[in-house]
Amino acid sequence: MDVLIVLMPLALGMGLLGLLAFFWSLRNRQFEDLDGAAWRGISDDD
Amino acid sequence: MTSLATDFTSFVRHKDGLAAIDLAVDGIQCAGCMTTIEKGLRTEPGLVSARVNLASKRVTVSWQDGRENPQGVISRLDEMGFRAYPFATDKVESAEAREERRLLLCMGVAAFAAMNVMLFSVSVWSGHETQMPAEMRDLFHWISALIALPTAAYAGRPFYESAMRALRAGAVNMDVPITLGVVLALAMSVFETLNSGEHAYFDGVVMLLFFLLIGRYLDQAMRRRTRDTAGHLAALRSETAVKFIGEHELSEVPISAVAAGDLVLVRPGQRVSVDGVIEAGRSEIDQSLVTGETRHQPVDAGSSVYAGTLNITGALRIRVARASEGTLLDEVEKLLARATESRSAYVQLADRAARLYAPVVHVIAASTFIGWMLFGLGWQPALVIAITVLIITCPCALGLAIPAVQVVAAGALFRRGVLLGSGDALERLAAVDTVVFDKTGTLTLPTASIANAAEIGLCDLHLAGRLALSSTHPLATVLAKSAKANDPLQGVTERPGFGLEAQHAGDRIRLGSAAHCGGDARADAAITAMTASLAERYPDASFITYRRAEHIVVFAIAQALRPDAVEAMAALRGLGLDLSILSGDRPAPVVKASAALGIEQGTADLKPAGKIAAIEALRAEGHKVLMVGDGINDAPALAAANVSMSPASAAHLTQNAADAVFLGDRLGPVVDAIRISRRARRIMIENLWLAVIYNAIAVPIAIAGHATPLVAALAMSGSSIIVTLNALRARG
Repeated sequence: MDVLIVLMPLALGMGLLGLLAFFWSLRNRQFEDLDGAAWRGISDDD
Repeated sequence: MTSLATDFTSFVRHKDGLAAIDLAVDGIQCAGCMTTIEKGLRTEPGLVSARVNLASKRVTVSWQDGRENPQGVISRLDEMGFRAYPFATDKVESAEAREERRLLLCMGVAAFAAMNVMLFSVSVWSGHETQMPAEMRDLFHWISALIALPTAAYAGRPFYESAMRALRAGAVNMDVPITLGVVLALAMSVFETLNSGEHAYFDGVVMLLFFLLIGRYLDQAMRRRTRDTAGHLAALRSETAVKFIGEHELSEVPISAVAAGDLVLVRPGQRVSVDGVIEAGRSEIDQSLVTGETRHQPVDAGSSVYAGTLNITGALRIRVARASEGTLLDEVEKLLARATESRSAYVQLADRAARLYAPVVHVIAASTFIGWMLFGLGWQPALVIAITVLIITCPCALGLAIPAVQVVAAGALFRRGVLLGSGDALERLAAVDTVVFDKTGTLTLPTASIANAAEIGLCDLHLAGRLALSSTHPLATVLAKSAKANDPLQGVTERPGFGLEAQHAGDRIRLGSAAHCGGDARADAAITAMTASLAERYPDASFITYRRAEHIVVFAIAQALRPDAVEAMAALRGLGLDLSILSGDRPAPVVKASAALGIEQGTADLKPAGKIAAIEALRAEGHKVLMVGDGINDAPALAAANVSMSPASAAHLTQNAADAVFLGDRLGPVVDAIRISRRARRIMIENLWLAVIYNAIAVPIAIAGHATPLVAALAMSGSSIIVTLNALRARG
């Protein structure tokens, strides 16, 4: 069961990483225009 | 009409040598428009950036200070085919946006915590089968506590704050049992963990918060979307005024830049955008948006005019009494304040459920505790069981039961062109049994058209339309638009106040007043006879005469009924509603409209106070009244009714007084609003019963002491999912 010493921090760390990514995207106003963002990805010019 | 460049500098924000402005843009439909606008604007020299927000249909443009001006950007957009108007984000709007961000943040934190706590909980549950050592279980509980406690402290704040507000006001809402459940469950779990107990409910608490926050966030997002659209409409309709900035110098400015004491010029055909007194000029004004009266009112120096009226014949110089915010009749303002106060405090379904739910659940939990004590169990295990009862009764399903339906139904209404202003409007709409309509601008279209178009030859209509293109008179504008004319006749002369004249294919053609087209006894008699017969059929019409050589036609220009008015009235009657009309117009047009629509009760000549009295009388008889109106004179009546709607063409003040605004030329959205809200209310009650049934099963298990954290987690998510799925049926 020694593997838990590695696995537990790893799992928590990954979760924390996700949370930080969420904070980052919120701060960068990624959720302001959900309709536009969907279309920007597929427009050919920029 | 000459057009002055409008001065929009009051909307520009300056920062670090850059200037920026937010524009509401009409006509953004798809991603294509987004690219067109952004690419089109980027070619402008001096512009730094242009970014379209497709969700809110707005564009933020910034440029280097001094190298561009707002009017330039707006006319560039105009060339591309998009009508734009600047707007200033108001305080309410930015507070809403902040609240939405905060809820999203709380939801994200709760989601992170729910996933990670579950990681340990699942291990502990499966550990029961595989004999996990007690030390390991305690360690996992401690780690769960480390995640759950800060999460609950942070992500639970929206609930704690709302519960505190309710308690301070001496009321109980659904957040009170939620808060109590969260706090007690956490306290008990910490206590259990300290004593190396077997059961801790950290996972349940965090999951509860996560589910509830999803509901809150969606609700807030829906509300903001509605408000954005409403604000957008307001910005696009925002009027400008032509202000004297010097003795002989004019500047066109947004209405927010006009102050009391300023002198403004209103040309014929323009809408008056301020309240004030006429200093010079003589004209007729159309007050239909203010009083519902369709007959034009003569005015001259010294007369008072109000925002929203339409200037018909002559240019007016108006000394502003009050501008922008305060543009309305004193009387209306006072009545509005009183009517809003008198609106009985409606108790929302959710709060009524909470009032029932909270005492029942707390009594059950207390009796469980006392029961187990009497049964001989120690106070500690008895308390643990009592708290599991509180946790399992699951404010989760109850907390979601109503908001989930509200979100789905508000979304369905949004797609049908109804913007709901207040959250409980749905429930009040569902209870309605009487619908009261204003006539002018509500049952009829806000813009006039040719009432007797079917009887007029296409050739006459076309030629009259081409002649009318040369005038800015409102009646001529309507005629030109109805005839779809686009090539003005050459050599047109205008006799102000009388009409137009031109030569065409050897004939003398004339358009205007009876006097302008008459002149000989035979023609005068013909015009009088035609006008009299038309006046009988179209009592609310204005008349305009057309003469080509000896051939005479009279056009009756009136506000036609909305295209689906008859069907909409039939549909409303089909829903079992009583219909009536309360109008400020003269009796004849009201009788005609009510006859056409099959509405038996119609009252004319009503002042705003009369409309309120009529609605209060209906309410005193126990009726639940929906008022639909658009005029400034309707605003107090809208506030006095149980629930109210107004078309998007309504005066600003009126829209603010209404619970919902509907878009487009049709009355269908009114029918949809009642149908969908009734269905939504039915589903809300179903959901509450589902929650009751769930509790009837779960509570005995908890009282018996068999509610382990695994059972609690399954029960909570299961019931929440059932309630949410049922709510989806409200799309209908």
